[in-house]
Amino acid sequence: MSRPDVVAGVLWLGVTIYAVLGGADFGAGLWDLLAGDAQRGEAPRDLIDASIGPVWEANHTWLIFDLVILWSAFPLAFASLMSTLFVPLTLAAFGIILRGSGFVFRKYTRRLARRRAFGATFALSSVITPFFLGAALGGIASGRVPAGNAAGDPLTSWLNPTSLLVGALAVAAGAYVAAVFLVAAAHRRGNADLERYFRRRALAMGIVAGGLSILGIVVLGADAPSLSAGLTGRALPLVAASIALGSASLVLLAHGTVRWIRPVAAGAVSAIVWGWGVAQFPAILPGALTIDAAAAPAGTLDALIVISIAAAVTIGPSLAVLFILDGRSRLEAGH
Amino acid sequence: MLFALDPLPPANLLAARDQMAVTLGFHIILACLGVAFPTLLLIANWRAIRYRDADALRLARRWTRIIAVTFAVGAVSGTILSFEMGLLWPGLMGRFGAAYGIPFAIEGIFFFLEAIFIAIYIYGWDRLSPWTHFLSGIPIAVAGFGGTFSVVTANAWMNQPAGFTLGADGQVTDVQPLGVIFNNATWYEAGHMFLAAYMVTGFLLASTYAVGHLRGRMDRYTRLGFMIPFVVAAIATPLQIGMGDIAARAVFNDQPAKFAAMELVQTTGPNTPVVLGGILVHGKVVGGLTIPGLGSLLAGFNTDTVVRGLDQVPVADQPPVDVVHIAWDTMLSAGFGLLALAAWFGLTWLRRRELPTSRWFYRFAAAAGVAAVVALEAGWVVTEVGRQPWVVYGLLRTSDAVTRAPGTLISFVAVMVIYVILGTATLLVLRAMSRQGGPETARDDVPYGPSQ
Repeated sequence: MSRPDVVAGVLWLGVTIYAVLGGADFGAGLWDLLAGDAQRGEAPRDLIDASIGPVWEANHTWLIFDLVILWSAFPLAFASLMSTLFVPLTLAAFGIILRGSGFVFRKYTRRLARRRAFGATFALSSVITPFFLGAALGGIASGRVPAGNAAGDPLTSWLNPTSLLVGALAVAAGAYVAAVFLVAAAHRRGNADLERYFRRRALAMGIVAGGLSILGIVVLGADAPSLSAGLTGRALPLVAASIALGSASLVLLAHGTVRWIRPVAAGAVSAIVWGWGVAQFPAILPGALTIDAAAAPAGTLDALIVISIAAAVTIGPSLAVLFILDGRSRLEAGH
Repeated sequence: MLFALDPLPPANLLAARDQMAVTLGFHIILACLGVAFPTLLLIANWRAIRYRDADALRLARRWTRIIAVTFAVGAVSGTILSFEMGLLWPGLMGRFGAAYGIPFAIEGIFFFLEAIFIAIYIYGWDRLSPWTHFLSGIPIAVAGFGGTFSVVTANAWMNQPAGFTLGADGQVTDVQPLGVIFNNATWYEAGHMFLAAYMVTGFLLASTYAVGHLRGRMDRYTRLGFMIPFVVAAIATPLQIGMGDIAARAVFNDQPAKFAAMELVQTTGPNTPVVLGGILVHGKVVGGLTIPGLGSLLAGFNTDTVVRGLDQVPVADQPPVDVVHIAWDTMLSAGFGLLALAAWFGLTWLRRRELPTSRWFYRFAAAAGVAAVVALEAGWVVTEVGRQPWVVYGLLRTSDAVTRAPGTLISFVAVMVIYVILGTATLLVLRAMSRQGGPETARDDVPYGPSQ
């Protein structure tokens, strides 16, 4: 494997983790949005609050990690996609700031009217952000981002069938993984009502996500033929794995099983992210730039590999401590 | 060349620069809090455990809640800046991302560690043993130091680009990461910023307790809440002025146009004066107090030191002189004002081992937080506006780095609206937090406990 491929692999790993963990935090926001009025929604909102509260900032940091690796290792790709996809990525950035501040403001506010306003901001932006991030990815995957400073179409690069599909899928997949995580969180707390509540929602959202994926076969076939060929060709094993894991998680949900359900659901999302990467390999911007052509000089890539190893050594154990402590507290709080 | 110059939509440069200024000017305050606040918190926490000090414990709990809010807003407002690197400045990132990006990648690790350990610390109240909990806070302060160093390295690189080779097409062909990181300006910029973070946080936090004192709260809790941040900021202030002196002399050597703008130096020569206040009108200094020879003396320890003036800088390469000069004078005024306040405190303490009792001291202390923020923003204007018209000093003009995407003006207006609301909401939430349940309702102070 060449140096650029190694760094692209690191980047893809970062994207995968963000898609699963960051996606789930956004998904939790969607369930917060749909939880109903202050009284009815209190119990699920409390669970959402307690579940994502300690971890969302760490999960969010994967996005920053992805951005810095992308702009250092593949500067041309970064500059090209950020400038062509100016509109959806600006909206995603607004969503990110409103989501985070809305969430933390609600947590530390007591007056009901203000809590409602902050909560609505958090919840709405939790839906908007993954949609526009997905729409931007759809524009890249369907080959609508040429190399250059705002060289692509400012509107059709993200207002197109593939973008709308990937945007909707990003929202649905995040909401699905979130509901699965919340099932497990409710289970750990021994709260059977909430477990049932989120299991129903997970099943429904799983079916929505599955339906969108089937629709995707048609849409991509017509709108992004080369991506479609990649997904059904070289990347077929990963696509098949995603379908298998997705179906397995639905079966587990229907069965009322909690064990393994989180890794299986996360695996379904991870497999499709890697399926996308494999399908468009060796392109980083399909139709415009390959990984090699976009790559920074060797000195930069070596530095990024060293930095990534340092990150794995320091961040890995720290995150493990955070997640372990977080898990324990939920056990304690489950009375 | 992929990022060659095609016609630039005229509004883009101004809108993009203003958007960057608003978002960075907002974030820089929260970044300072993120860097220095954990240290103040740990001092209170340490006192609480070591001396079984109940007041210090209440302060530590309270400050934890404030940090939870400011850190979250800082995290997301920092993310916007990452987006803006590409949204607004694709010409910078496309050409120089391979070199300029490296410090940010390092900063990414520090920020990650900070986010993880802040979560552990916040959540660890009442769940970890006191000393384990205290220790879980140490990595936050260390990561704040590392994060400042690496992110300021990136800014220093824009002022003193190094560690790369340019090919014939203007693209970066070879990168030496250590050369990027340890560029000429790294040490003085990073040191100056790090001390600024401690001054801003210390004076801001102390000023809220000074207000409390003026309103008649004279209990030990309020005094301690004032003392811890104020002492830290008072120690940082003289160090900062020394550091700033070193930085100014380095700018004199490294960036003569910026230095000439700071000191309103028109003509090259020895015996250059310092002009306090004043602006340029048709190339003449109007107003202000002129101190002959001081500019040369400060720059080279000798009034014979030749200072290069704006006459040696082509007009197209000059920064907006008045903005830089006024910002420079503003920073100095605020900085020396804070030094006087720190000295007032220090002398009183040395003589009597107690806080000053004069109400005037607390009035000034109540204003010190705002003064420190003003100094911070003004200093940042000196660095950034003083570098103009370059985004990468001497190599890439800001106008060549800006996006060609339509819609920057709309995005700028939207950013203004969002940040006015965000800033107001942040202040409202912090104010409501400082009012609700005084220190006595310690149980309510448990972050991440069940919400009501």
